Amino acid sequence: MKPPRFEYARPESLEEAVALLAEGEDAKVLAGGQSLVPALNMRLLRPSLLVDLGRVRGLDRIEARNSSVAVGARVTQRAFAESPLVPPLAAEALPHVGHYVTRNRGTVGGSIAHADAAAELSLCLVVLGGSVVTNRRTIPAEEFFVGHFTTALEPGELVVETLWPRLDGWRFAFEEFAQRRGDYGLSLVAVALRLEDGVVAESRLGLASVTDRPTLVADAEAVESLELWGNLHASPDYLRNLTRILVARAVARAAA
Amino acid sequence: MSVGTERETWVGQAVLRLEDEALLRGEGRFIDDLDPVPNAYHAAILRSPFAHARIRSIDASAALELPGVVGVLTGAEVAAMSHPFPVGVENAPASYCCASELTRYYGEPVALAVARDRYVAEDAVELISVDWEPLAAVVDAVTAAETDALVSDRSFSYGDVDTAFASADVVVADRFRFPRWSCNPLECYGVVADWTGDSLTAWANFQGPFTLHSVAAAALGLPGSKLRLITPPDSGGSFGTKAAVYTYVVLMALASKKLGVPVRWTEDRLEHLAAAGSATARVTDLAAAFAADGELLALRYDVIEDVGAYVRAPEPATLYRMHGSLSGAYRVRNVAVRNRVVVTNRPPTSLNRGFGGPQMYFALERTMEIAAGRLGIDPAELRRRNLVRDFPHRTPSGGLYDSGDYEACLDDALELARYEERRAEQAAAREEGRLVGIGVACVVEPSISNMGYITLAQTSDERTAQLPKSGNAEGATIAINPIGGVTVRISTTPQGQGHRTAAAQVAADALGVAPEQIDVLTDVDTSTSAWTVASGNYSSRFSGVGAGAVHKAATKLATKLRAIAAPQLGAEPDEVELRDGKAWANDESVSLRRLAGAAHWNPDSLPRGVEPGLHETAFDAAPNLEPPDADDRVASSAAHGFLADVAVVEVERDTGAVRVLEYVTVHDAGRLLNPLLVEGQVRGGFAHGAGVALFERIVHDDEGNLLTGTFMDYLCPTAPDLPPLTMGHRETPSPFTTLGSKGLGEGTTMSAPVAIANAVADALGVQALEVPLTPGRVWELLR
Amino acid sequence: MTHLELTVNGRRYREEVEPRLLLSDFLRHTLGLTGTHVGCEHGVCGACTVHVDGLATRSCLTLAVQVDGAEVETVEGLTRDGALTALQQAFHEHGALQCGFCTPGMLMAAADLLARGRPTREEIVDMLSGQICRCTGYEPIVRAIEQAAAS
Repeated sequence: MKPPRFEYARPESLEEAVALLAEGEDAKVLAGGQSLVPALNMRLLRPSLLVDLGRVRGLDRIEARNSSVAVGARVTQRAFAESPLVPPLAAEALPHVGHYVTRNRGTVGGSIAHADAAAELSLCLVVLGGSVVTNRRTIPAEEFFVGHFTTALEPGELVVETLWPRLDGWRFAFEEFAQRRGDYGLSLVAVALRLEDGVVAESRLGLASVTDRPTLVADAEAVESLELWGNLHASPDYLRNLTRILVARAVARAAA
Repeated sequence: MSVGTERETWVGQAVLRLEDEALLRGEGRFIDDLDPVPNAYHAAILRSPFAHARIRSIDASAALELPGVVGVLTGAEVAAMSHPFPVGVENAPASYCCASELTRYYGEPVALAVARDRYVAEDAVELISVDWEPLAAVVDAVTAAETDALVSDRSFSYGDVDTAFASADVVVADRFRFPRWSCNPLECYGVVADWTGDSLTAWANFQGPFTLHSVAAAALGLPGSKLRLITPPDSGGSFGTKAAVYTYVVLMALASKKLGVPVRWTEDRLEHLAAAGSATARVTDLAAAFAADGELLALRYDVIEDVGAYVRAPEPATLYRMHGSLSGAYRVRNVAVRNRVVVTNRPPTSLNRGFGGPQMYFALERTMEIAAGRLGIDPAELRRRNLVRDFPHRTPSGGLYDSGDYEACLDDALELARYEERRAEQAAAREEGRLVGIGVACVVEPSISNMGYITLAQTSDERTAQLPKSGNAEGATIAINPIGGVTVRISTTPQGQGHRTAAAQVAADALGVAPEQIDVLTDVDTSTSAWTVASGNYSSRFSGVGAGAVHKAATKLATKLRAIAAPQLGAEPDEVELRDGKAWANDESVSLRRLAGAAHWNPDSLPRGVEPGLHETAFDAAPNLEPPDADDRVASSAAHGFLADVAVVEVERDTGAVRVLEYVTVHDAGRLLNPLLVEGQVRGGFAHGAGVALFERIVHDDEGNLLTGTFMDYLCPTAPDLPPLTMGHRETPSPFTTLGSKGLGEGTTMSAPVAIANAVADALGVQALEVPLTPGRVWELLR
Repeated sequence: MTHLELTVNGRRYREEVEPRLLLSDFLRHTLGLTGTHVGCEHGVCGACTVHVDGLATRSCLTLAVQVDGAEVETVEGLTRDGALTALQQAFHEHGALQCGFCTPGMLMAAADLLARGRPTREEIVDMLSGQICRCTGYEPIVRAIEQAAAS
């Protein structure tokens, strides 16, 4: 379990990083490394070059911008959780991201760019209607996630920051069911609701882990017709049941 | 800590561990921390990506071109340079440390590369190309039993089983499956092999039994004296599984022999999960005959044991370790068993905590629970009516239960669990629609295995043609250096159990010094240690014969010290008392240091007949173990502890999640050497048992591909996953061990899977269930 | 090879390393600091946990080159002043270690948690969900960290 050989570069600016990425088509971005390095250790990935963002200036800021919170790609999950600006939905989800120690180095941008179908932060970003800012463009989160470990990023494009709408006045809930604390969740549900006179006026409901990417659904009914993944630990039937329950719990909690 | 009165002993006290300080400072010496020989090169192993395939050819030329690579060893070379491992059943496929023509399990070694570091060695392995011809795999043991994969089929009957079943009022019969799992110590296997001239020196985090030293030597074609095997001072857990490192000792030895360099290999977690010695998977059909009043009249087992691709020594021992305890904790006189061993395209099995106990008790104690329901008798009460009461108790299959008060332990457990109140709470919870369940298990925990039990895999006639095997002897050495320092050396290869501390306590009592004044060496060297073929750390044998050997060696030394001191104190040797680092008589004393000085520096001063030097070796063995008799009866273990457990669970109806609300376990393991160490063993044994109950299993698909190849899919319980544990103890000394102590590290691994399963079955009102009780499985049961 | 300068347990090191060298291997094999243990090399077991600039970090999920310029602390650094720390002493008193292989990672992860303030039992247990021990059943570890937190 040792990584294969690769070249390594540690740029200090975004421009330099982008230029390096353009050099080799097998170049990969290294942020916190909490997902990338295990894949290297198992030799599941063989990048020609690792571009370490560790010294790139300006990627570690969290700031309020218009009605959103802008989170630099290299902000760690721990720093995000401890920030006064952390969106309430993300604050609920962050304790489920990896483990205490991996959150010290795991980054928000890395988690988003890795696009694991079971990732908590990806789901939250989609449910909040957030977006991903790259060196070239701004991509709505719903369009950013294309499949398990697959994003809309093009060669030479890297995540610079993510934008998390505050959705002032909305209510939120996040639910996850995992076999052990910190495991990949078998099913994840996040919901954002706006109530008017105690009645739901707007809602955004999202699922993850049971589908190949974080997915918005119209309502609880939609869970019944989704095509779900089964795995070693859970059959599709079980996952549907679980998702149904988590949706009910999340909606009830957000509306309460 | 000091001993307040003369009658107190260090043994029995919760002495804090002498092992801890170095480990807490990061100064432990584990196998991968050692550089026992300069310039060792690193090996990486090419493993089969198929569960069953023919190897048409191997081309290592590209690997050999890689800078930093020393060489490559292939299976064909292994076959030419070594012999198959000796095995205790006749029809088993020949087994080498590396596959040559045919690979029989996913993860089987087929070649290895040796390089200047592990990184380059792994690069080299990727450059070895193999022309594979995949073949159909057999993964299901029941299917395998119908083919020539059935390698051993023996039937035993004790008493009159047929008559008992014919006269029964109630017969309960069901099939029970127990999954393959593995203890997964945090430290994986490690070997350093150095072949020089005609002999091998190997360092490995091996744990015994040292029968496997002979097995390794036979494979290498070496006399035992030419295989010097050394274990490191510290080992990062084993729980049985590091017994199987011996096949890698052979593999690295051959690499060192071929390439002419010392070779080091440190297993990584993916290798461990794929190919290390896991526990057997077992299918048990068990029928039990009862009288209407609940008396257990007879048991009939039909067992299919999946030992994986090869029968690797000491297998099929998992199947026979419990042979003397097939009747469990009960007085039943009629027991029959058919034992079938099958090979499948899964990795070979080996020792794992509980070793046969979890599998056997899952069938027996589920059956007791099911029978209680059929008989309309409370499950705890049904057990009570059948518990063994008089000791020593000879079981139908030859086991000799030494001592105990089983009923009192059960009472303790029921009281600690507030059993009656719990039943009332359960009824109330059910009224509210909640799924609360209570499960009980009663387990006899054998310890100190009889080396002879494994020969039950042979017929009586086959056995008589060979040297009979029995016993369980262990050795220890104790010495006092010229300035009074005491050193004990043991051969029980601890991996965390605290043998150093316990051995120091035992020796301290004999010599009248404090435990912290005694250095205990735990590294075994087969060229210099006092060991026997039975030595090592398995079948919970330390507190019996391991501590017994230390006691005997220290007593010998104490006798000599008294003899030396007596004339100096003007007393007879038996009037001399050793305490506080001195020898006392007639209110006068002489220090240990001074006595040591006499023995080393001034032998002339020694009383007539006393040898110079202070260095004693002793061996201990339990007196009650004989080879199997002509009727296939065997006392398979020397000592038998008992435990009674109660599990209380609640199942979440929506998700199938099982929450263990409380777990009570009451042990009687004879005299307890150190309650702190005891608590650690019980907690750890429970963690493994609860792990199997709820999370842990090794899964292969129908083609034999591994699905639990990482720690993300093989789920070890973590801190939030384990319930509160309540422990109780009784201490009925064993008449068969030197200090009256019995093993206790495996009992809760035997009991927890079935106690928790019983509780979940009770909660759900179902009979058929399998562990681990994952939420997905439980939810299916609820549908 | 990449140049690497860092401080480990207060001592400065300058080394040339391959970019792919894991921090765990760098500490163990290049510097000989074998107190840091390797249990799974995919970030699940936590045995390899060290501190990088004061934060608990999986050394098996970190390339050595990533800690250029950083201050690294390993288990060996805990006793730089000689005596066991209150946390280590609590592990000793509560039987919180058996084989001791997971212990360095447990200590380093717990030290990070304790540095953030006095944790509740729930916070301790939650943190430990990322640290595997196969010997103790965890309860003694939880108690030891609770005791250290109270001291």
